[in-house]
Amino acid sequence: MRFVDEFRDAEKARALAAKITSLCEPGRHYKFMEVCGGHTHTIYKHGLEDYLPENIQLVHGPGCPVCVIPMGRVDDAIHIARQPDVLMTSFGDMMRVPGSGGNFFDSNAEGTNIRMVYSPLDSLKIARQNPDTHVVFMAIGFETTTPSTAMTVLRAATEGIENFSVFCNHVTIIPAIKAILDSPDLRLDGFIGPGHVSTVIGCRPYEFIACDYDKPVVVAGFEPLDILQSIYQLMLQLSEGRCAVENQYARVVPWQGNTVALKAISEVMELRPYFEWRGLGFISHSAMRVKEKYADFDAEQIFSMPGVRVADPKACQCGEVLKGVLKPWECKVFGTACTPETPIGTCMVSPEGACAAYYNYGRFTRTRIREVSAHEHV
Amino acid sequence: MSTSDRVSTRTDRPTDREQQVLDRIDKARRRKPKVREERVTMAHGAGGKATQTLIEAVFLDAFRNPLLEPLEDSASFPVDTGRMALTTDSYVVSPLFFPGGCIGDLAVNGTVNDLAVAGARPLHLTAGFILEEGFPVAELRRIVTSMTAAAEAAGVRIVTGDTKVVQRGKADGCYINTSGVGVYQHSRELGVATARPGDAVLVSGPVGEHGITIMLTRGELDIEADLESDTAPLHGLCQRLLDAVPGVRAMRDATRGGVATILNEVARAANVSVTIDEDTVPVRTEVRGASELLGIDPLYVACEGRLVAIVDDDQAENALAALRAHPLGHDAAIIGRIGDDPPGMVMLNTAFGGTRIVDLLVGDPLPRIC
Repeated sequence: MRFVDEFRDAEKARALAAKITSLCEPGRHYKFMEVCGGHTHTIYKHGLEDYLPENIQLVHGPGCPVCVIPMGRVDDAIHIARQPDVLMTSFGDMMRVPGSGGNFFDSNAEGTNIRMVYSPLDSLKIARQNPDTHVVFMAIGFETTTPSTAMTVLRAATEGIENFSVFCNHVTIIPAIKAILDSPDLRLDGFIGPGHVSTVIGCRPYEFIACDYDKPVVVAGFEPLDILQSIYQLMLQLSEGRCAVENQYARVVPWQGNTVALKAISEVMELRPYFEWRGLGFISHSAMRVKEKYADFDAEQIFSMPGVRVADPKACQCGEVLKGVLKPWECKVFGTACTPETPIGTCMVSPEGACAAYYNYGRFTRTRIREVSAHEHV
Repeated sequence: MSTSDRVSTRTDRPTDREQQVLDRIDKARRRKPKVREERVTMAHGAGGKATQTLIEAVFLDAFRNPLLEPLEDSASFPVDTGRMALTTDSYVVSPLFFPGGCIGDLAVNGTVNDLAVAGARPLHLTAGFILEEGFPVAELRRIVTSMTAAAEAAGVRIVTGDTKVVQRGKADGCYINTSGVGVYQHSRELGVATARPGDAVLVSGPVGEHGITIMLTRGELDIEADLESDTAPLHGLCQRLLDAVPGVRAMRDATRGGVATILNEVARAANVSVTIDEDTVPVRTEVRGASELLGIDPLYVACEGRLVAIVDDDQAENALAALRAHPLGHDAAIIGRIGDDPPGMVMLNTAFGGTRIVDLLVGDPLPRIC
């Protein structure tokens, strides 16, 4: 299949892996963080780590927008959905994110109407078709999905649709990266930058990572060869003693970002003073809310909601996993109390979360499997 | 005329004119019953004349066979001595009609396949309908017609049935339950627990077509693709495989949960590992494309006419040839092997050259947002 298979070529992967290995300094250990959950998913789905030498470790960062939604916000969403004549919509992978009293599926079993949509525009369509129902779109995501929410609000305003609003939970990636860089127990050698976020914000916002923190950044695409290539570029920078922001995903990401999308966001939304991230706690200026000008489309203005903060369970060590201090399997509750069926922490919630990806795809001894499968396929 | 006069007139003989009317009524009652309503009403489920009319005019008319015709409470038929297989399945697919089929042929093929993969020759089916008040009779006829065709193709008869009507809003148009009986023709014990290290894993054709077709037909995705459900009866394919290959250990049809779920059942039941090679799993480009866009894995997407077989390694090539010789098995492939480590797990060698686990999903595959 075009545009897919050429980025999954095993032969090219072997060649790249050899180049990466040749750049490793003996005795040195490398830790790179892939910020975006989409990258985590690709890495596990294709078994990419099999190509990396043992002294290169990938740390799975906070860039899974579903995972970072705190339980209190899920509770608030369910509270809105329980109001009479309200239909709540959200993206598919939000459906299983647990609040303090269950997830959206559980809530629907108790009588709410929370539906899965593929785009906020689908929510607007539902609102048009059901004028007697108030349709709320639970908006989540980084800058990748924020423009589509902003555009939907603008369209609703233009069309004068009165039974539609947005429960805004959009977050921004830069403050999260900064929070990770500022944490004292961190030890990272570089970042694989989020590709889809960068299609909107461009590459410039990452420059502080290279300038102020002396860490290389390579913005990467989502096919396995993209990621391998980015690791190679990071290794090359380190071996040459350089530290810069590079764009591996230039086929999609313009250096300046998408100005139309950024304009739509700034028309409709503004930064919140602070926002709680599951696993990372409160981070200032790390999320968006709907501007007063569009208050008619802001579910937080229309509905009163409990807004109760629900603390992450004590046993959960997601914060350490997100910062790369612990590997998923090193967490005390990983795979026992915390599984994809009954997630305790943020990283187990969505398939893009580090723990869920590891649990679903990677929980085996790699070398042993290779020997077994090599033997079987002779 | 006094009252007694009128009574006496009636008991004696009807007048000619009255007789004509009575004859006409009698004739009309003997005429083939006809459902005149355009929509199913609660009366059609009440057990009276309307129910009788619906059964005779829609169901009996389409399914007609000597076992069903007496319309007794039970169908009665002789059995050979030996082992029988019995299965049941309910069908609630939405939408009811989709490219490549409808709930009707799905309900017949699904139950036929459950018998076929057990190694039995399907004989007779039952059909239970739960209809929502207001359901168009024309759509019911389409469904029933497709069931007749599917039953004929599978060589089975629908020998008894049931109809219930529920109030509007209490069901989604039409639900069907079918049960089926079959007879075993081989004495072999098939079962996923008998899988042994070294065995080959085969699949009879491209995976995921039914599931993706249904998702696209629901129209929620704004994706169009030239795809049809793969719904088909597998009895012929299973029979051919069993006849040609004594070393068949187990057969399954990959429905909900797809091939991945079946292989996990094998791994758990036999306490073995299953290792499959991604680039050998047949997947149509349209299915791959839609799956890539939605972020779901075709290995987990439902099929309705695909066989997964576990076969003794020595006979794997024979089995492949037997499958490929059948029209439903043209694109059959050997997709992996049974191993012993890690027990209970399904592993995938990715086309990219890595290895990963293929675990059971918690629920339906959910599309990822980005």
